[in-house]
Amino acid sequence: MKILVALKQVPDTETKIKVAADGKSLDPADVKWITSPYDEYALEEAIRLKEGKGAEVVALSVGGDTAKDVLKNALALGADSAVLLKGDGQGDAFAVAQMIAAYAKDKGFDLILCGNKGLGGDNAAMGPMLAELLGIAQANVIVKLELGEGTFKAEREIEGGSEIVEGALPAVITAQKGLNEPRYASLKGIMAAKKKTIEELDAAATTAGAQVSALALPPERPAGRLLQGDAAQQAQALLQALKDEAKVF
Amino acid sequence: MILVFCELKDGQIRKPSAEALSEGRRLADASGKKVGALFAGASCAGAAEAAKFGADVILTAEGATLASYSSDAFAQVLADAVKAKGATVLLAAATAVGKDVLPRAAARLGAGYASDVTGLSMADGKLQAVRPVYAGKAFATTTFASAVQTATTRPNVFPAAEKAGAGAAETLAAPAGDFKSVVKEILAKAGGKVDLSEANVIVSGGRGMKDGANFKILEELADALGGVVGASRAAVDAGWGLPHSMQVGQTGKVVSPTLYIACGISGAIQHIAGMSGSKFIVAINKDPEAPIFKLANYGIVGDLFEVVPELTKAAKAMGIGQN
Repeated sequence: MKILVALKQVPDTETKIKVAADGKSLDPADVKWITSPYDEYALEEAIRLKEGKGAEVVALSVGGDTAKDVLKNALALGADSAVLLKGDGQGDAFAVAQMIAAYAKDKGFDLILCGNKGLGGDNAAMGPMLAELLGIAQANVIVKLELGEGTFKAEREIEGGSEIVEGALPAVITAQKGLNEPRYASLKGIMAAKKKTIEELDAAATTAGAQVSALALPPERPAGRLLQGDAAQQAQALLQALKDEAKVF
Repeated sequence: MILVFCELKDGQIRKPSAEALSEGRRLADASGKKVGALFAGASCAGAAEAAKFGADVILTAEGATLASYSSDAFAQVLADAVKAKGATVLLAAATAVGKDVLPRAAARLGAGYASDVTGLSMADGKLQAVRPVYAGKAFATTTFASAVQTATTRPNVFPAAEKAGAGAAETLAAPAGDFKSVVKEILAKAGGKVDLSEANVIVSGGRGMKDGANFKILEELADALGGVVGASRAAVDAGWGLPHSMQVGQTGKVVSPTLYIACGISGAIQHIAGMSGSKFIVAINKDPEAPIFKLANYGIVGDLFEVVPELTKAAKAMGIGQN
């Protein structure tokens, strides 16, 4: 079995967002870059499948040189090889899906895993777009995955519960928190990863879909008001304010 | 035409879909276009209600093959409908189904896609979307280079306004079958309450709750206010047995209720990212220096174990949440 794991480098969740001088992108100064947490679940699942059933795991990322950190980490965790599709990293989900589809289409992957969304861009779109471009099955926001002979059974998070999706392999499966508990890289893994090389390929040309034309910080919230008195008085004052001023009720 | 994919539940249009359809109507009025509401399923009984939200045309793809949700089947129905009607805009609500099917349909159409948008406008036939990125720490204005433009609308942001439309019925063929994936079973959570992403009122607890069992007092307040209960990452990761589906924040759910009551939540940047889109924020915390107070419209510095039960009692006494 051959598994592709698509990994995205994103700003850490503690990052304070600053808009760059172009008015439409993130100011990269002081940003700490990490692997998108949802992609970590995808990678962990691939490594567990490798350990359980035996599989070849290829880690892939799209971007510039800094994205190599994500791939080195994936190699340290147990990916067999790593591929960097070199691009400017500015493409929308559709562009990235086209790049990965162009790479993956004749490689015979049985399973493609990635996060259900890239932290930050929050599109939750690349996975299903990739599945459509490759003409294969998809299952998104997955908290449990079982593979059969050429089939999969996945539990997917939905409003107020979950649902069981069954389909045929190959498939794109996008991971959600809860799928597994990702491991940390071992020293042995980190040392072994240093000996591996990252294959660098030029990303395929893509058709434009959507683009960000402006990035702005949210408006400041109006100053709030503290409610006084004992607990009962505060409770009463709050509900009255929500009713009369905010008209919530 | 602006085409809006709508979901039915128990023979009624789901609220997030009605919101998307209303927004489609508004965009159509601003740009001189028509609005089509699109339904798919084994039965589309109830689709006629779309006329109430301004649909000029109601398209239904009915068939046994569409009885259970299938990503590839529904994407095909949506893409075929866009082509058949020559639609330039395809919308849906950013629900579990909407977020699953729209990007796939967009790729099928070679179209750009903006997910979970909180603002839409049309100028010269070109759609412009505003959407939260970095879980609401910033907003991105998105424009499209493709002929067809697609987007999902965040629930609870766009008003579901009633406006009569012609509602002319048209039927579409259902796909033959043999799909790549299909939903086999739905496992409902106990209680069947509305999801956090669609809730109007959220009562949320953090580390200050001290234990998962203490969330019972939040449940009681949420019940009294007609809301649902959420949690911060600190609470979910504390080993108190709270499911991740309750988590509000950058690595959990991004919510936009009318009212968000944060109990014992300090206001870490990752939590704020997930709830700062709430219309009104109430913070209840012992620590007057907690960052959450900077965000709150109303703050109560005090012991949540005293304040929350008082709120429940007062809400019941005032008859709030009963209508």
